[in-house]
Amino acid sequence: MKSNRPVNLDISTIKLPITAIVSILHRLSGVFLFAGTAVLLWLLAASLRSEESFIALQESLSAPLIKFVVWAVLATLAYHAVMGVRHLLMDCGLGESLKGGRIGAWVALAVAVVLIILAGVWVW
Amino acid sequence: MVTAVTSFGRSGLYDWLVQRVSAVAMAAYTLFIVFYLLLNPGMEYAQWQTLFSQLWVRIFTLITLVSVIAHAWIGLWAVLTDYLTERMMGSKAVVLRLIAQVILAVVAVTYAVWGIEIIWGI
Ligand code: HEM
Repeated sequence: MKSNRPVNLDISTIKLPITAIVSILHRLSGVFLFAGTAVLLWLLAASLRSEESFIALQESLSAPLIKFVVWAVLATLAYHAVMGVRHLLMDCGLGESLKGGRIGAWVALAVAVVLIILAGVWVW
Repeated sequence: MVTAVTSFGRSGLYDWLVQRVSAVAMAAYTLFIVFYLLLNPGMEYAQWQTLFSQLWVRIFTLITLVSVIAHAWIGLWAVLTDYLTERMMGSKAVVLRLIAQVILAVVAVTYAVWGIEIIWGI
């Protein structure tokens, strides 16, 4: 391969429109959620094992680090779910034009941000 | 027709549909749990335990668990086949991807068995 061939994909010169940004974040959030599923299962397990375990979980949930981890997983789930619903609406033909796609991306992002803040209010 | 042997249903169209159906199931379950918790602030253990001892809640939870596995398999397959490619990783790409998929499968099965244990163990 020629070493002086032109580099055609210099990431730093490519503009990311809002639709591309919400899309890559949807992918990242999906990958993160796969790990986050362990946290959700841990919460379910600890809350159901026994009464003592339920109360111990409530106490653990007052620790700042645990609060943060739970919020991070809930925030990721909120973002991924909202963008997922946007996907489903687009599959039904809603907001598929360039303009519609951009508007949809902004609306979904706004909804996701509100839900992420509300999740924070809930956890803290 | 060439089918992809490592995808979930060995057909893109089938995978696409499973991805959608599982998404709807998980979204419904998320709303159910979130609203249940919001509408019952300061809940005691007994009430929470009673909720999960009902058969329909267990089945709903099981459907969600199965959805997570199928959805994550399909989703992560899409991610892996985009990045662990020969163009990006060289000739080792396929081996790397298969190793990654086996690890993900083990994690997914662990989640499923753990989840079943949680809901049928109470
Ligand atoms: C509330 C529930 C959820 C909804 C509504 C939802 C929705 C979706 C949809 C519609 C897609 C398809 C995107 C596409 O075809 O490009 C998708 C992709 C994906 N989802 Fe979910 N999802 C949910 C929960 C989850 C969970 C719990 C996980 C992880 C365990 C997950 C992991 C993924 C991954 C890895 C992808 C692939 C992303 C990509 O290809 O860029 N999702 N999700």
